[in-house]
This record gives sequence, structure tokens and C-alpha cells, in this order.
Amino acid sequence: MIQVDGLRVRFGANEVVRGVSFGVPTGGSFGLVGESGSGKSTILRAISGLNPDWTGEIRVNDAALAPKRGRDFYRRVQMVFQDPYGSLHPRQTVDRALSEPLIVHGLGDREARILRALQDVALPASVGFRYPHQLSGGQRQRVAIARALMAEPEVLLLDEPTSALDVSVQAEVLNLLRDLQDRRRLTYILVSHNLAVVAHLCPALGVMQGGELVETLGADDLRAGRVRHPHTAELRALSVELE
Amino acid sequence: MDVSPASQPTLRDWLLSETPGSRRQAAWGRRYRLWLQFRRNTLAMAGLSIAVLLILAAVFAPLLANHDPSVQDLAHRLGRPSAEHWLGTDELGRDVYSRLLYGGRITLGMVVAVVILVAPVGLAVGCVAGYAGGIWDRLLMRVTDVFLAFPRLILALAFVAALKPGVTSAVAAIALTAWPPYARLARAETLSLRRADFIAAVRLTGASAGRIVLRHVAPLCLPSLVVRVTLDMSSIILTAAGLGFLGMGAQPPSPEWGTMIASARRFILDQWWVPTAPGLAIFAASLAFNLLGDGLRDVLDPKQGG
Amino acid sequence: MLAEIANLRIAFPTPSGEAEAVRGVSFTLGQEKLGIVGESGSGKSLTARSLLKLVPQHALISADRLAFDGIDVLRAGERQMRQIRGKRAGLILQDPKYSLNPVMTAGEQIAEAWRTHKGGSRRVALQAATDLLEQVRIREPARVARAYPHELSGGMGQRVMIAMMLAPDPELLIADEPTSALDATVQAEILRLIEDLVSRRGMGLILISHDLPLVGHFCDRVAVMYAGRIVEELAAGALARAQHPYTRGLLGCMPALLHPKSRLPVMVRDPDWLAH
Repeated sequence: MIQVDGLRVRFGANEVVRGVSFGVPTGGSFGLVGESGSGKSTILRAISGLNPDWTGEIRVNDAALAPKRGRDFYRRVQMVFQDPYGSLHPRQTVDRALSEPLIVHGLGDREARILRALQDVALPASVGFRYPHQLSGGQRQRVAIARALMAEPEVLLLDEPTSALDVSVQAEVLNLLRDLQDRRRLTYILVSHNLAVVAHLCPALGVMQGGELVETLGADDLRAGRVRHPHTAELRALSVELE
Repeated sequence: MDVSPASQPTLRDWLLSETPGSRRQAAWGRRYRLWLQFRRNTLAMAGLSIAVLLILAAVFAPLLANHDPSVQDLAHRLGRPSAEHWLGTDELGRDVYSRLLYGGRITLGMVVAVVILVAPVGLAVGCVAGYAGGIWDRLLMRVTDVFLAFPRLILALAFVAALKPGVTSAVAAIALTAWPPYARLARAETLSLRRADFIAAVRLTGASAGRIVLRHVAPLCLPSLVVRVTLDMSSIILTAAGLGFLGMGAQPPSPEWGTMIASARRFILDQWWVPTAPGLAIFAASLAFNLLGDGLRDVLDPKQGG
Repeated sequence: MLAEIANLRIAFPTPSGEAEAVRGVSFTLGQEKLGIVGESGSGKSLTARSLLKLVPQHALISADRLAFDGIDVLRAGERQMRQIRGKRAGLILQDPKYSLNPVMTAGEQIAEAWRTHKGGSRRVALQAATDLLEQVRIREPARVARAYPHELSGGMGQRVMIAMMLAPDPELLIADEPTSALDATVQAEILRLIEDLVSRRGMGLILISHDLPLVGHFCDRVAVMYAGRIVEELAAGALARAQHPYTRGLLGCMPALLHPKSRLPVMVRDPDWLAH
């Protein structure tokens, strides 16, 4: 479904992503794990089209992508951001935020679609006309997920979707993401600094360090300790130490 | 099902509901909560009351005035305040109180005209410059800088010297120098909003830049713009009155407040009420808008969680 | 007893009455490491800050006992509190980006903390600052002392913060989510550093976090807070045998690398926990 080859991103004089290549099968989940500054979020932003300054090749469904994307790319690929407080427009009700993708893509039947979207993310219809500051962090993130799903995409790019949430809320959102993937056959790329979260949701993952993809491995291999790169081993040890 | 009067939801309940049933209800609920917060500020309420009073007095001037403001009565010039003339008469025997009311129309009218011209232009220029960036930003900001460099009063004088002195020229002159600060304000807000995740999310719907700026960025620039406009009103009033005082704005026999002071200033010592009444009116209007603007800032300023 | 808290209540006035953020919290602290764990809104930060009387001005605090080393904090005036704050009890916050002065070098800030409570000349203080930077395991203390906060990484900024707080040789250290903004590798180092310094200097430590396993790893005792109350207090080693359903819920709902689950157990919040 998604194929990335030799992706390079440069911010001024700094090369933040150095020749990264990986692939994600349709309906699969790929995790990108690494510390801050490793370049994992930058990769996501390049794939999503938010950052047009990249070189290399990105293919979605076998079609190579240009730096500028058209509206139907955005129907197929969507993103969920890290900060639930910053990803919703502070002056727009939930209903307004959810109808924006519908208006832009010219999809009708708005009320019904919005109600269904709220149901899909297990939010009561009563939150429909609330403002973001009247919702909890977990509720905001659910609205963000609902918004990403409004135009019925095939791919979801998840940028640390649960890092800013309480642990109990994180569990609910991770379960929700798993359910949505099963129900809608979505393809995920999940970025996180939390190895346990990534291994929970993704059967395959890549480890980033200093802009390079130092290792790609399966979640099972990671759990069993069959790792090759020292950075992977280090991250694994830290995660296991605290269990 | 019996609905007794006690269980009927009041308007207040509807506004403060935690689960609004429509966008309109949510929006009005938000405005009502801001109003409740605003109401707690006594000084701001005082400012609002005075401003409203002045505006109403100007609007209903024909009903409130008890004399024709242009009728001269040279036999009774410079009369003291009396039952007949509540604020006395000026140097041509005209009723000061009625002139004050009609003058309010001109002064406040000028201010409103300036604001209507200036705020949308400043907002548009600032948002476009901030969002587009690059060459557009540089171009628009240099144009803004050029206009910002002109001192208001001097430009106004130059303008009216070139054209005919009068209210229109004064409004145009003030408007030309008043818009740059709003452009800068809007641009600063837009620059910080541009990096927000919710703007990135809208970009990911494939919305055009125009739609993003108009529907998502500009509404967030409005609160600080509104505060700035309100606070600026007092300085626009002073500039308009200043132009009138210099004979560059409204011309005599127009009862504009600044013009009234100009024609009566030689009486300040003996018949002090003639120039003082319009002076106090200008002071009251300026103060009112200042207090109102401060109150609005406390309520709308995002840094304070508005 | 470094700290004694009995029946602490902190409430905030709202248009619809008083909102209680802390509802009757009690614990004591000796020369040990206590971890206070809770989710957002549990009141853990407020509880610890109340010891230094660093709660928002409009907060209403009441307690049967709120004492630092025997001093009644509740009734203490500002001058008395200034003798405690910094000098006898230090506070480390989450993000050094926001808690370090951006226009002073690291060395100058540490030296200022030193001089405020110990006096002495600028030169002595700057030398002490460089020594402290070495104690917090910074490899080039002289260079870092001359650096500004924006030139330092998150981990180094936190070490500078720790050095600043340790300069006056306090007896108690309160660390409010000191590593939440740091990467996992740096997190472990900073916590080990704090643990080491606290033990060597014979200090008490209150570590506030939302991360239960982390706190269990680095503290002697753990207090779990929910909705303004302590629902369970236990020794760090006994975490696996926690009794309260909330604590068990917190432990259970986290994804674990070595114990994969297809669905994470979701915490069911029993309203009884609020009533206690």
C-alpha cells in the first residue's frame, strides 16, 4: 500500500531524515519508534503532504506522489496529531469541525454522517455542539480521529496519538484504533517514542535514530529480544526495565 | 406530560446548557458566558454604559434636542445654563446642549466610518501577508510600513490641503493612517496560528488557502482586533476632534465637538461652559472606549483563557 | 518528620460553588523517597506544592496539620515561607525550557541560587556553581556554566535545574514530573541522578508522576491519588500486590512489551472511589 524509498528531508543545513526506506502492506500497521529529534514525525509530515520539501520516492497504492497533493490524495490519506488540545479549532464546535472535510470534499448527508462518526468513536451525540475546551483530552482525541475518518480514508498517519493522554485514556484510544482498523481495513503508520505502545498496535516496526532507520523488525522478534542494532536493544531494555 | 412553569427551561438555562443542541445554541452560550465574565468588571461596565449612552444620544438627537442647533439668537449669546438652555448658549446664541447632541452624530459618525473602513482592510492585509508568507508578506508589509511612517495629523493636514476641508477628507485622512497597526496585529496572530495542528488538519482536508484564511484563521484574529479597535476609538475621536479644532475637519457652522471648541476657545475664562461642554464630551467618549476596550481585552485575550 | 500533612483540603471558588481539588489527603515523610502517582486532575501537584505554599492565590487551603519540619506552613507568613522555599526545600518542574531564566547563563543562575541562601562573593558562587554542575554529572561543567538555557538539551537543562535547587543544600526535594518532557534514555539517567544525590545528601524526596512503574522503580513508598484523595499507599516493592482496583487498573491498562494483550483492559471507574 505504502512504499517509501530513500526519503530525505532537509531543514536548512540539517539533514533530518537520511535515506529512509520501508513498506506497509494494505490493512497493515507499521510503527516508527525513536527518541525526539530522530526524524520519525518528519517522515509522517512528508508522507501526509504537510511538508513538500523532500527527495526520494513515496508511493501510495503504487502511484508515486508529487510534493503537492490533490484533493483526492487527502481523501485517501489522513493524519491524527499528538496534542489533543491543539488539533481542534478552539472556536469551532465538534459538529463544525467534523463537517469541514465533508464540505471541502462535497459530501452530502452531513448530519447523518456526523452522527455516525461520533458513534464510531464511541462519543455520545450530546458532545456534538460542544467546544473543544468543554471536552476532556480523551474526548478531543476521539473527535480528532472521527475527523480524520470523515472522508473515509484508506490510510491513517498517527503522530504520537496517545502520548499526551492519561494511561487509562490511552488504553481506550488504542483499543478504538485497533477496532477501527479491523472494521474499516485501514492501513496505519504509527509514530511514537513509547516502544510498548508501538509493539502493541503494530506487527512490524522501524527504529529511528538521528534521521536514519537503523533497524526494521517484527514485534515478535522485538519481544523475544532478537534485535540487531544496539539502539533497538537500548530502547527495548529501558521499556522492559519498567514493566 | 405536564410541564409546570417551574420546570420550563429559562433562556439562561438554554444558554448555559452543557449539551447544546445546535451550533447556534453553542455560539450564543459562549457569548453569554463571555458577557457574564465581562459584567463582573465594574469599570468596564461603566465604560460600556457611557459609550452606549453617548451613542444613543447621538442616534436620538432629533428627539432629545429641545432647540434647533443652527438657529442663532444674537440677543442671547453666551448665556449661562438655564432652564431654557440647559448648557447655555454659544457665541452666536445657539443652544449648546442641542449642538452637543448633533455634534455627537458627526464625531461618533466619523469614528464609526473610520473603523468600518480600516478594520476589514487591516485584517485582510495582515492575514494574507501572514499566511502567504514569502514575497507577498514582504510586499504587503513594506506597504504597511510606508503608511505607518506618516504621523496622523500631518497627513490629514496635507490631505485636506489638497482636497476640500470637511468630514469626508478628515475620515479618509484618518483611515489612511489608522489601518497599519491592524494589519500588523493580524499578521502576528496569523503567523503563530499558521503552525497550529488544527490548521494543519484543515490543510489535510485539501481546503484552499483562501478558505483556510477566511474561515479558520481570520475568525481567531478577531478578538484581539476588536480589543484594539475599541482602544483606538478614543484616539480616533481625539484625532477627529483635533482636525475639527484646526479647522481641517468638520467646518463651522457644523456642531462637531472639536469645531465647537475651536470657535469658542477664546471664551474659556469668562464663559467657560461654552468650550468646556464639548471638551467634556470628548473626554467622556475617550474614557468610555478605553475602559470598554480594557474590559474586552480581559475577557477576550487568549492568554487569559478567553 | 520532614513533612506532615493531615486532612489537607484545597478548593477553588467557581461561579457554581467550590470545586474541591484535594479532599482530605494525609501522609508523612521522613528521610525517604515518596512517589505520588495520579492522572491529570488527581490533585498530586497541588498536594506537594501546598507544602511550600505555592498554590494559586485564589485557592482555599485548609488542613488539620500542614507542617514542614515542625513549622506550621498553614499559618506561616510570607517571610517565614521564604526561609523554607529554596533554602530548605527545593522544587524541580517539568520543562527546563520554562523554568530556567532565558537571559542568564546556567552558571549565573546556579550562582544566584547559591548566593541568595549562602551569601559570599560572586567568584565563590560561580566556582560553587561549576562544582555543582560536576556533581550533576555534566561532563564539561565550565563550558555549560557559560551556556544559555536555549543552548542546552532537555536533559542538560534538567541537570542545571537540579544543580540550582541543590545549591542551598536543602533537606527536601519536590520533583514535579521532572522527566515527563524527556526521552526514555535521558529519563532514566536523570532519575538515577536524583536518586543518588538524594541518598548521598540524606534528603527527602517527593516525586510526582503519572507513571506508576517509573515511580515504583525509583521510590521507597508510593501514594496513588485519584480525584483528590489517596486511594492507596504502599511500599514500592509491593506494587504488584496492590489491593485497590484503581491501582490495579492503572497497572493493568498499560501495554507491556513482554506481556502482549490483544485488547488492553479498560479502567471502569467506580463512583465508590469518590466517596471512599
